[in-house]
Amino acid sequence: MRVGVLALQGDFREHAALVRGLGAEAVLVRRAEELTGIGSLIVPGGESTTIGKLADRFDLVKPLRDVIAGGLPTLGTCAGLIFLAAGTTGPSQIQLGVLDVVVERNAFGRQVDSFETDLSVSGLAAPLHAVFIRAPIVDKVGAEVEVLASVGDDPVMVRQGNIIATSFHPELTGETRVHELMLKLEG
Amino acid sequence: MEKATDRVKRGLAEMLKGGVIMDVVDAEQARIAEEAGAVAVMALERVPADIRADGGVARMSDPGMIERIQASVTIPVMAKARIGHFVEAQVLQSLGVDYIDESEVLTPADEEHHIDKWSFNAPFVCGARNLGEALRRIGEGAAMIRTKGEAGTGDVVEAVRHFRTIDGQIQKLTTMKHEELMSVARDLGAPYDLVQEVADTGKLPVVNFAAGGLATPADAALMMQLGVDGVFVGSGIFKSGDPAVRAKAIVEATTYYEDASIVAKVSRDLGEPMVGIGVTELKEGERLAGRGW
Repeated sequence: MRVGVLALQGDFREHAALVRGLGAEAVLVRRAEELTGIGSLIVPGGESTTIGKLADRFDLVKPLRDVIAGGLPTLGTCAGLIFLAAGTTGPSQIQLGVLDVVVERNAFGRQVDSFETDLSVSGLAAPLHAVFIRAPIVDKVGAEVEVLASVGDDPVMVRQGNIIATSFHPELTGETRVHELMLKLEG
Repeated sequence: MEKATDRVKRGLAEMLKGGVIMDVVDAEQARIAEEAGAVAVMALERVPADIRADGGVARMSDPGMIERIQASVTIPVMAKARIGHFVEAQVLQSLGVDYIDESEVLTPADEEHHIDKWSFNAPFVCGARNLGEALRRIGEGAAMIRTKGEAGTGDVVEAVRHFRTIDGQIQKLTTMKHEELMSVARDLGAPYDLVQEVADTGKLPVVNFAAGGLATPADAALMMQLGVDGVFVGSGIFKSGDPAVRAKAIVEATTYYEDASIVAKVSRDLGEPMVGIGVTELKEGERLAGRGW
């Protein structure tokens, strides 16, 4: 199984190492043609404005939108969640709009307010240790979107069909269950 | 819920990887940097080239200026404190600065001691010329390392030297027998447990960026191919003829650092680069990298 990891900026190497540990092949994606032949896609953590601008300048926005809307199993973490979403509560930025949510960026505050905590996730037996770094929350959820985990009342993990997205970074904690969930979405 | 853990502090640097952090002196420059695709901005009063030209004592920036920059962008905002000046660091932390750079570019406040970075909730980045220096800073709590290079020169040679030195020392450690590590720790002047960790993993325990003298897209791509995690560009952008265009080009070359045709494309018609100073033209006292130990 080939997993594409969008490698414009951010912690894509951690995602690639994680899926290799699960026995999959990881392919770094920086060009539209590198989307061919992958069975799933990861949009990593990073700076969502940077990832959006690079995707736009290197003509990746439409190809990414097409493959994800076409049903490719996709996981987005943190900046990945923002990039997949339909909007933000703040200034407009380049987003794919394939995930029907509006996100609030840096919702917990600045870096000194970043944190780690145990989360209970719908469908997972044991709690998941999650690290939130200048993390977004999901502010508005579309009809097709299922909330899988929340911090207080704020959704931090959602699923819509072939897409799973998290506010936190499973790739930084040695946690494999989120990636396994995404790989299972594959038909 | 736990805040300010090692993982949280080091984690933000993980998110900056593959990106460009740009020096800015006001909100307008910060917006240009964000628009170009910077992953973070470094707020400072004068870029290193001007600090070099003006002389005098270089200090932490005005908090009002930092707040105006914070209000103007959504990306992380870093700021510099003088080496050993823990009160400047306390002030920066109280402003909610996302990363504090304990920087040799400013005039040191303490010639013997660096800041005890463990006592802060805000993460720190520090410069290093070699593995011993990097591990001393990590031992004091730094959550990110950058090469010192030679800031404000536009000459990349020192950044290359510092990265190759650190990288070579790491490679050598991985080939050594366990009983050899204590004498290496002594010679490096580095904490033994960190020496052992690097010998086991073959890498620094924190993210390592290039800084100090990068001025062109090719400089950024050079450092990325050598193996750094990302780049800082200081005077190189806003002391050049067309900062917005150059900033964007450096961002693109940092992502596509392995593709010479893209580096060539973005390097075309960039206008005047910053006026450089060859590092070999500097007198010993004019080198910033020698500050701190």
